[in-house]
Amino acid sequence: MSAAHAAGDALATTVQAPPAGTVPLAADREDTGKKARPPVRKIGWRHTLRRDWVLYAMALVPVLFLLLFRYVPMFGNIIAFRRFRPGGSIFGDEWVGMRYVELFLNDPNFWNVFANTVILGGLTLLFCFPLPIVLALLLNEVRVRTFKRVVQSISYLPHFLSVVIVVGMLMQLLSLQGTVNQIIEAVGGEAIPFLQRAEWFRTVYVGSEIWQTVGWGTILYLAALTTVDASLYEAARIDGANRWRQTWHVTLPGIRPTMVTLLILNIGLFLNVGFEKVLLLYNPLTYETADVVSTYLYRVGLVSNNFSYATAIGLFQAIIGLVMILTANFLSRRVVGASLW
Amino acid sequence: MSVGPRDSKSYKTFTWFNGTFLVLLCGFMLYPFVTVLAQSFSSAGAVKAGMVNVWPVGFNLTTYQVVIANDLFWSSYRNTVVYTLVGTTIAMVLTTLLAYVLARRALRGRNVLIGIAVFTMFFNGGLIPNYVLIQTLGLKNTMWAVVLPGAISVFNLLVMKSFFENMPSELEEAAQIDGLGWWGIFRRIVMPLSKAVIATMILFYSVAIWNDWFAAFLYLDKQELFPVTLYLRNMIAGASSTASQGAAASGSSTSEIAANIQAVTMVLTIIPVLCIYPFVQRYFVSGIMLGSVKG
Repeated sequence: MSAAHAAGDALATTVQAPPAGTVPLAADREDTGKKARPPVRKIGWRHTLRRDWVLYAMALVPVLFLLLFRYVPMFGNIIAFRRFRPGGSIFGDEWVGMRYVELFLNDPNFWNVFANTVILGGLTLLFCFPLPIVLALLLNEVRVRTFKRVVQSISYLPHFLSVVIVVGMLMQLLSLQGTVNQIIEAVGGEAIPFLQRAEWFRTVYVGSEIWQTVGWGTILYLAALTTVDASLYEAARIDGANRWRQTWHVTLPGIRPTMVTLLILNIGLFLNVGFEKVLLLYNPLTYETADVVSTYLYRVGLVSNNFSYATAIGLFQAIIGLVMILTANFLSRRVVGASLW
Repeated sequence: MSVGPRDSKSYKTFTWFNGTFLVLLCGFMLYPFVTVLAQSFSSAGAVKAGMVNVWPVGFNLTTYQVVIANDLFWSSYRNTVVYTLVGTTIAMVLTTLLAYVLARRALRGRNVLIGIAVFTMFFNGGLIPNYVLIQTLGLKNTMWAVVLPGAISVFNLLVMKSFFENMPSELEEAAQIDGLGWWGIFRRIVMPLSKAVIATMILFYSVAIWNDWFAAFLYLDKQELFPVTLYLRNMIAGASSTASQGAAASGSSTSEIAANIQAVTMVLTIIPVLCIYPFVQRYFVSGIMLGSVKG
């Protein structure tokens, strides 16, 4: 490998006729910055390839992978507008126009699951976005290092569990003989079949989501907290700010970029509410509140074999998600000056 | 923290409450784990009656024996191990190579390549087109359907890329002067210095594959190919034959033994994750920070 590369380098030397000394590999010129650029630009692709072919070769398989497993399905969305026949082309067989789009826009079930998705996504955002900030602030006040570390480790733990395990645990905790109902009965209440009641689904879902994500969510905030300038606290204290006001006027503004970035990300994922978890957790008794766009399209598409129809729904969902993340990013760049890109 | 020497009395009270709250929070976080563990060691009757909380009631290991003696459990478990090893290896090779290339700031076409990768974070093909693709490629009912599609996580890719970008460039320059090409630098300079980020990525990928059930649920129909998570899911959904087999073995009714067997299967599924997690923990905190600072 290195021998072949040396040959490539030798070629580069002859073409470019550089000043004395070794020829630096092209991709290493970053530090010379803009001044070095014009001559580099003039060199043709053929030359670039000859010099950096090893790099391109290294990227080849991963890029092909992305094209095959990420981009082909993107174009496969075309079957939302074409009729797909099992066993036929993955891009569908004949054009049917907006038929499937109209179909779901007129489907009352669709609007029901859409509303469920928005509510569930909204509740998740409402609780799962701010709570890690609160926990991070509380952890930040802990000055016994080992204690802090132990709490952190324990709070990350649920993040590493499979959804299947989480749902299994939920089912045991929430069963009629489960811990939660034992507590309810101990305080004189009556046992509730949580998982069979549509009105409880959202609570169960959001509650378990908090359990699973709150600790993991603190990682970034704790990191951001360490970068807040200590002299600002001193200044605030001299101005007579107590602990609470220091938090409000120094700490929170200090971690605002992190908050904004994560908020954008959360908004972008808004409609992707835990498909797998809902799928594992719901049942016909709770469809009323639990069925979301992705579970509905799963049933329509893969259970009832209506591929084109389900693809139309999925495409709609993906486009809304894309628009939301772009909008959130644009707004935050305008309003707060922090953005993802 | 810069609190200063004069802590107010009210702040001391706060510290006290804060500590108590965090201890309670830990209890809340751990409780489900502890219960499942206790149930796995308890007698079926005690579990069914809801008598088990944090301590086993009617301690016995029979349930473990029943589960371990089950062929389907073992084949599922073995599948999970195989999928995780193969999948993580593929994912690491692809991700590391691409991240290394994308970290060369002056590489021609770099921004195009980054764009190709990043765009997939915001827009994806969706369930059905992915399913059709896997079917068309003939990957259904093979382990490749589980192992391949997730091989590059763009988030992980960006973490690695920024890690490589932050490496001191002098090292690579020196290596070049000594005659190393890109491949040589990658293998002999960059890799040995990236153990932290590599460990983090291995953890992320292997945990993701270990925990995954949905790809298997979608693409595998044959029980002998199921990973343990799918086996567990079917058991929870009441569709697995294991529960009834177990029940038959111990002579009690299906629902009675099911909760027990579920607990044991869960414990056995979680254990490997819990075992590697503490060792890699110190790495992933820095890893995830790297990735988020500049996406």
